[in-house]
Amino acid sequence: MRRGVEAIYGWLLLLPAMALLALFTHWPAFATLLASLYSTPRPRRPAAFVGLDNYHAMLADPVFWRALVNNLWFALGTIPASIALALVMALWVNDRIAGRAAVRMAYFTPTVLPMIAVANVWLFFYTPQYGLLEQILGLFGVPAHNWLGTPSTALACVTAVAVWKEAGFFMIFYLAALQQIPPVLAEASALEGASRLTFFRRVQFPLLMPTTLFVLINAVINAFRTVDHIIVMTRGGPDNATTLLLYYIYQVGFTFWDSTYAATLTMVLLAGLAAAALGQYVFLERRVHYR
Amino acid sequence: MSAPYAPRGAGLALETAGAWMLALLWILPLAYAVWTAFHPAEFSARFDPLAPVSLENFRVAWRAAPFARYFVNTFLLVSLVLACQLVLCTLAAYAFARFQFAGREIAFALVLLQLMIMPDVLIVENYRTMGRIGILDSIPAIALPYVASAFGIFLLRQAFKTVPRELDEAARVEGAGPLGVLLKVYVPLARPIYVAYGLVSVSYHWNNFLWPLIVTSSVEARPVTVGLQVFSSTDQGIEWSVICAATLMTTAPLLVAFLLFQRQFVQSFMRAGIR
Repeated sequence: MRRGVEAIYGWLLLLPAMALLALFTHWPAFATLLASLYSTPRPRRPAAFVGLDNYHAMLADPVFWRALVNNLWFALGTIPASIALALVMALWVNDRIAGRAAVRMAYFTPTVLPMIAVANVWLFFYTPQYGLLEQILGLFGVPAHNWLGTPSTALACVTAVAVWKEAGFFMIFYLAALQQIPPVLAEASALEGASRLTFFRRVQFPLLMPTTLFVLINAVINAFRTVDHIIVMTRGGPDNATTLLLYYIYQVGFTFWDSTYAATLTMVLLAGLAAAALGQYVFLERRVHYR
Repeated sequence: MSAPYAPRGAGLALETAGAWMLALLWILPLAYAVWTAFHPAEFSARFDPLAPVSLENFRVAWRAAPFARYFVNTFLLVSLVLACQLVLCTLAAYAFARFQFAGREIAFALVLLQLMIMPDVLIVENYRTMGRIGILDSIPAIALPYVASAFGIFLLRQAFKTVPRELDEAARVEGAGPLGVLLKVYVPLARPIYVAYGLVSVSYHWNNFLWPLIVTSSVEARPVTVGLQVFSSTDQGIEWSVICAATLMTTAPLLVAFLLFQRQFVQSFMRAGIR
């Protein structure tokens, strides 16, 4: 094929996908930036250019700070816990334990179910007085406690749900990677007299690094976009204790209908995701060797 | 010694016990929901092995909300998304994998951008766009932002790149045009990737919630996830047992499909994740 013809073909093939990407990813990202510089149009007041006013308002908004801090705690709670659990699950399921197909299925099932549905189940699980958690703790003589209704425990409760939902998903990737490690390596380290722990630390774990990176990126993104369970379980309450950034955006944009302030908040989220992408690229890419 | 680090004896027993404990813990909330859904309301918090099993909760839930319509909507949504995704992603992936043209690298970077900035976080602006197009509260409005999927393009591009050039050239010698080659050589060879991507896409969009919640407002457009939320968050004090029944009902098709095709599911998710 001649070069010119090939280029025309190439762009024609790309056109439909690129047009939709431009319309629903690139344009909205740019429009968000523009919108954040304007005031929200109200019936008798058209939108006006306000510069950085929305950003100043945001910095002075205690709920924004609360949402940001909550989200960081949520990320800090979900990311290491779900990755560590996923690794343990994969190591276990990779060994010849009895009934490992059933065990693997138990770990993986939460992944295929809708978050909104399992959040309903967990809501019931946490219910004061007759929820399962209260009943089990009651057997051990733990006094009654409203887990989701108390600001100090609510965030931990929704974090646990996210870990439960995610760990099995990440396990799959670790399992696939573990199965690709050549058995010769285990034999060689055994000959060298390495303990199982050493083998894991010096052989398995480094070889799993690309998987860990992949899982880490996914976990970071998920930590900032998982809000379905917040909508079902707490609606950000009590007293904004479980308000995450995206949930606050949803609230500002579609409950208070303040679209430009929601755009301003979205900018923070986009900046965070961009920073995560950049950090992964600059910092981690160098330390992880790809196959 | 074939597997020197495989645990045996007491170590194996300990590991098995740990794995099973965790598995039980993992399945506990679901088991609880199943128990509650299949028993009369008075047993929803009492565990009596002799409690009568009944389907009454499912009957009540099914009558209380238009779940049949919600299922139809979800089915339409999932098929629409998948059909459009397969066509668009195949074309774009083919261009990226086998065509040389100016601006290809930049275009690819622009595509990959969507892996980080997903439609999920652009809800405010996308809502305005849908309003401007005039399709708020419709199934296409739920589907559109997800149709051009960076993930799908990336996955198929990787698959197409592994196809030997010789096959491509052989088909061309026999007189096939670029689209003919795509359909006769590339698509059939990438079948496992299509299955993998299809399963991931279907389960993602069956489960998707926030965007459909925002963009739909009527029974005619709502998928099951939103329908379930509308149903279970009404203030008229619905029994927990009925909510559990409704929850199981909405997840049942996916759960049954998962249990039947467990191996394919797991392998698909694996395949879709390894780059």
